[in-house]
Amino acid sequence: MIPELGHLTLWLAAAAALLQAFAPGIGLWRNDESLQRLAVPAATAQALFTLFAFGALTWAFMVSDFSVKLVASNSHSMKPDMYRFTGVWANHEGSLLLWVLVMALAGLAVALAPANLGARFRDRVLSIQGLVALGFFAFLLLASNPFERLSPAPTEGQGLNPLLQDPGLAFHPPLLYAGYVGLSVAFAYAVAGMLENAIGPAWARAARPWVLGAWALLTLGIALGSYWAYYELGWGGWWFWDPVENAALMPWLAATALLHSLVVVMKRDALRAWTLLLAVAAFSLSMMGTFIVRSGLLTSVHAFAVDPTRGLFLMVLMALYIGGALTIYALAAGRVAEGRQFNLVSRETALVANNLLISAMLGVVFVGTLYPMALEAASGTQISVGPPYFNRTTMPMLLAMAVLMGIAPFLGWKRSGTGHLAARLLPAGVAAAVFVVAAVWPFGVRGVGWLLGFGAAAWLGAASLSILARRGLTLGIAGMGLAHLGVAVSILGATASGALQREVLVALRVGDAVEMGPWRAELMDIRPVAGPNWTAIEASLEVKRNGRVVAMLHPQSRMFVAPAQETTESGRAGWWTGELYSVLGKPDGEGRWQIHLWVKPMVRLIWWGGLLMAFGGLLALGGKLRAFAPGKWRRQLKRGAVAPAVPA
Amino acid sequence: MNRWTPRLLLLLPLVLFAGLVILMAGNLGKPQEAVIRSHMVGKPVPDFALEAVGGARGLANSDLATGKPVLVNVFASWCLPCAVEAPQLQALKDKGAVIHGIAIRDTPEKVEAFLGRHGNPFDRIGNDPSGRMLIAFGASGVPETYVIDGQGVIRHQHLGEIRPEHVPGLLAELEKAK
Repeated sequence: MIPELGHLTLWLAAAAALLQAFAPGIGLWRNDESLQRLAVPAATAQALFTLFAFGALTWAFMVSDFSVKLVASNSHSMKPDMYRFTGVWANHEGSLLLWVLVMALAGLAVALAPANLGARFRDRVLSIQGLVALGFFAFLLLASNPFERLSPAPTEGQGLNPLLQDPGLAFHPPLLYAGYVGLSVAFAYAVAGMLENAIGPAWARAARPWVLGAWALLTLGIALGSYWAYYELGWGGWWFWDPVENAALMPWLAATALLHSLVVVMKRDALRAWTLLLAVAAFSLSMMGTFIVRSGLLTSVHAFAVDPTRGLFLMVLMALYIGGALTIYALAAGRVAEGRQFNLVSRETALVANNLLISAMLGVVFVGTLYPMALEAASGTQISVGPPYFNRTTMPMLLAMAVLMGIAPFLGWKRSGTGHLAARLLPAGVAAAVFVVAAVWPFGVRGVGWLLGFGAAAWLGAASLSILARRGLTLGIAGMGLAHLGVAVSILGATASGALQREVLVALRVGDAVEMGPWRAELMDIRPVAGPNWTAIEASLEVKRNGRVVAMLHPQSRMFVAPAQETTESGRAGWWTGELYSVLGKPDGEGRWQIHLWVKPMVRLIWWGGLLMAFGGLLALGGKLRAFAPGKWRRQLKRGAVAPAVPA
Repeated sequence: MNRWTPRLLLLLPLVLFAGLVILMAGNLGKPQEAVIRSHMVGKPVPDFALEAVGGARGLANSDLATGKPVLVNVFASWCLPCAVEAPQLQALKDKGAVIHGIAIRDTPEKVEAFLGRHGNPFDRIGNDPSGRMLIAFGASGVPETYVIDGQGVIRHQHLGEIRPEHVPGLLAELEKAK
């Protein structure tokens, strides 16, 4: 009964989306205010109905109602409660339901937030969001119904991909989706801005909080996904340049560029057409990412079940939305004059350079991801583009960006002097020099790439810290400083964990030990262990550093019961910044076990940096509020100085 | 630059996107292979001459064009699956196959220790310290095994370790290459 109610409310939500799309659209066209005013109630109804439908599916998973096909094929009565819950979105239909839920909640947020650009603009935005949501509802209801029943109902479910049975998965997709869909608000703002001819500083100020929020969530989602892949896949790496990862990285890059170019529109009313294009591109790339993952168009370790009809459906949707937005862009962006001019040495120029670098990176990732497909279509040859391509092309740009990010915040708007720069950047220069020298000796790092990485991280870190130490810090500036510091911390983590990593691959008998510098690992024991729906072989590795026991690692080779599948569970131990990482391999038949052991100093900084970036993004929502004077916030808010204005 | 140029520039994103959609539509529904096969299958092995290692004779491409099909196995002492497949290589040799080895990114001492422990089924072994032969054969890693016909043309690629159930298939490929 409850799944049927869920199905019904999903149809009602689709109807509400239809109303939300067309009532205000027609109302605005014919100047019929009573129609236009339907936007807010329709958005509210859509959100409530979708929430109910999602609740109904969650209920079916929680009580293991195997008469629902989706539950039967993705869940299992033996599965722990938490993974029954995350199982709701760990499959095609459920994840699309999550997508429309997040989209509906974003619509609700737009409907309830103060309409800074007037009710007319808000209703236009809602109408566009309704139109986008409508397509996804159609896809869900017509091609991927999550509430489909099975008759007769099986007595047991078929489980969930054991790789996905993990706390990291509980939060990774929802955060990514929240980010993707948050960008749909920016998309709607861009299209509405073009239709209403409202592109300017006020528009940028109104759009930016949405982009900031979406960007922060996307950052968290990507960081969490990277961490999950790192400890779950047992390869010891944290970014694989897999098409699905790139699909999430591309919208993030576009959103990062958008975040910065919106500031230029806000402060100087320049770069309008470019900013519009980025706003359209950010959400378009999100949709394309989902499409690539869902359609099996690209080979990937993450790919879900492939179904060509679904792929076609999604592609038509995508073509309509992106094509429509780009058509409006081609027609309307000509009206948007490029705005004011600025001098070569200025904050604007630095932000333009930042935009160019990020866009170049985006282009490189885009080409690398889609080139194998294009080549196959053109010549039938199959190739795979791997990390060597991506690392060599993106790393130099990332380093250049880090250098620029250190300087830009010290430049003034419109035209900047350069006399003060030397003094301001002295700490950053000293920090970079110290880090590079320290890396060479005592740490013994060789290789220009690594040293540049250490230097860039120190440079950007020190420059960002000196911004945070300024007097009269606003939340906007503090957020920017923290986000930039996060980038520096991530670069440091990536560089140090790569340059200083130690690794051995050995075959050990119980009682054997392996030495690696000051580290010594002894295989103490190999024994079977059992969990709720798996059994495993677990090794116990005692790790000593300079003769003192520092950790006991328990890597497992796990066998899941339903479906029968083997996974490796890395055995890890860590401190604040670094980690010991071990993987248990196969026995060689003579009593020896393959053990892969890594010491990865500072590897955790990669994700700490991601957290800092996301936190900085959220903090920047506070705009011009003074960072260290919460007592004054009420007065500042009253003065209206806040508006979501955020300096770069 | 006339006054239409900026207008056309604004159309560019739409045009590029249309191209992308056409490309994607063409690829939709095509089965994807997760494993990338060597593009060298069906082509002759490029010229090479490797020094000997592990007490065997060295290996050059002329040794692969003697009129009789042979197996070429790329391996390394640091690769555990290579140790796993050693009994299967021995079984192939016992059934009359001629097997040449190429040691990838390895040192002579380690190769010798490896052969000492797991047996030496190889007729000739070439030392490839830089791993460039992986590119010559279009290999994606070690171990891989290639069937080369009597004229030095690559006829078949076996990815990953040879398991006992693969042995008859490889013998059949050798027969086919005659």
